[in-house]
Amino acid sequence: MSIFKSIFNFYYSGFREMKLGKQLWIIILIKLFFMFAILKLFFFPNFLKSNFHSDKERAEYVTEQLTNPK
Amino acid sequence: MENFDLTLIDWSRAQFALTALYHWLFVPLTLGITFILAIMETIYYKTGDPEWKKITKFWMTLFGINFAIGVATGIILEFEFGTNWSNYSWFVGDIFGAPLAIEGIMAFFMESTFIAIMFFGWNKVSKGFHLTATWLTAIGSNLSALWILVANGWMQNPVGMQFNPDTARNEMVDFFEVLFNPAAVNKFLHTIFSSYILAAIFVVGISAWFLLKKKEILFAKRSIVVAAIFGLIFSVMTIFTGDESAREISKSQPMKFASMEGLYHGTTNAPLVAFGILKDAPTIENPEKKDFAFKVEIPGMLSYMANLKFDSFVPGIYDLVHGNVDQGIISYSEKINRGLVARNTLSEYKLALKGNDAVLIDSLRSNFENKEWMEGYFNYFGYSYFSNPHDIIPNVPITFYSFHIMVILGGYFMALFIIVLFFVMKDTLAGKRWLLWIALWTMPLGYLASESGWIIAEMGRQPWVIQDLMPTMTAVSNIDSNSVIITFWLFFAVFTALLIAEIKIMLKQIKIGPNEGGH
Repeated sequence: MSIFKSIFNFYYSGFREMKLGKQLWIIILIKLFFMFAILKLFFFPNFLKSNFHSDKERAEYVTEQLTNPK
Repeated sequence: MENFDLTLIDWSRAQFALTALYHWLFVPLTLGITFILAIMETIYYKTGDPEWKKITKFWMTLFGINFAIGVATGIILEFEFGTNWSNYSWFVGDIFGAPLAIEGIMAFFMESTFIAIMFFGWNKVSKGFHLTATWLTAIGSNLSALWILVANGWMQNPVGMQFNPDTARNEMVDFFEVLFNPAAVNKFLHTIFSSYILAAIFVVGISAWFLLKKKEILFAKRSIVVAAIFGLIFSVMTIFTGDESAREISKSQPMKFASMEGLYHGTTNAPLVAFGILKDAPTIENPEKKDFAFKVEIPGMLSYMANLKFDSFVPGIYDLVHGNVDQGIISYSEKINRGLVARNTLSEYKLALKGNDAVLIDSLRSNFENKEWMEGYFNYFGYSYFSNPHDIIPNVPITFYSFHIMVILGGYFMALFIIVLFFVMKDTLAGKRWLLWIALWTMPLGYLASESGWIIAEMGRQPWVIQDLMPTMTAVSNIDSNSVIITFWLFFAVFTALLIAEIKIMLKQIKIGPNEGGH
């Protein structure tokens, strides 16, 4: 248990004592929010996953695209 | 080609290129500076000199800024695979899955754990443990680059897989063939070594600024010594890996090789164009048209680069398009015909499956399990989408100039490291203000060379997204081109903001200097 406590304390004090790191973490969090909550959700749905229900349908669709491109 | 939405294809390509080029602004510095940090910290560990600790911590802070701003910019490329390049993602899924999963796990566990120790662990863990974490961060970040470069290497030279006509996917049959694919090995080594040069230029350039400002002289000189030696060693290594890479490209992507040199007509004793200005390319109506306005050549060197023999034959663009019976080169027209046989077979197989015709299914399927048929026909599958062989030529000027910019700058960087080290040894570097200014302004050139390398790799292999198997136009998803255009500009704004943030935060930290500031 003490090892987990030591690891927790290591990270906790590390984050608390950050100077420039705090500013960088804010940038990272804003960026990740933008990427996953906005871009991925609204602009980047997975085309095959969202349009087809099974791998069989996806395979048929891609085969059709490859053999008879439109 | 008339069946394809070229607006969608062009904007999808532009978007991917934009994302990849911006992503690559952050990556090479991380790959290289982590090793420079590890070397500096090793000297601190060995000598116990606190000045080395100060030096290490300063460059670690700049690494932290670059890492924080750049982290996850590559994830957008993966979003694009799923949305814009779904046919491609499906077609390669099994090959990409394993390397990218390993990359994800490795990046998360190795980098995030050891980076935390690197930044938080000063005075909290032993010096030896901290040093180990720094080295492991460097090794981890480079190893995570390995897997994505293995995936890219497979796209340049697809090996170790079997196409499954039932799923329309390539399935990995030999992991080690994919991992040790010559295209992947050369790409990995050339990419990481050239990234080390970029990091060395970065450290030398910023240290030169301190010397110009007459601030932190000892810090700057010591940083320059480590970085310039590191940069010089890897400049030499990059020449070897570049040479090996060129030889590999000449075998697996001869059209890219010919385009890199603007070689239209193949020849024995082929000269290497050391420097040249391209004129209008020859055309099918006028194949003898002059292709260079001016060029400086090294006789026989291109033949030597390709085959290690000065008198060997190197095919030109026209030999590859029209074929060359004497040299055993198949024409693109023949490849188109063979590709059509493969595509028609897949088409018939699909219909046989629908019709539940067991005999026909077995008969057609046996083709995809027959090695000779696969090599004779399926390996040209992608050619079936072209009717005009001239559409299978990449943009020669972009490939040619990118290659020459990269090579010329590579030579310049090596010369710079040698000159800087010469004046360091004479202890007169601080007084050579002209050289310090050159070193400072070489920093953007490091990025230019690095980006040029990727332009050669990716533009030079067009029209292929997977060499010979899948052209870029068949890889795109059937989505609205307007959404791609909108996201292109969205990315442009986001990445530019990130870049400005990085530059501003870095400049602020550089001005603060190594005595104050901190992580």
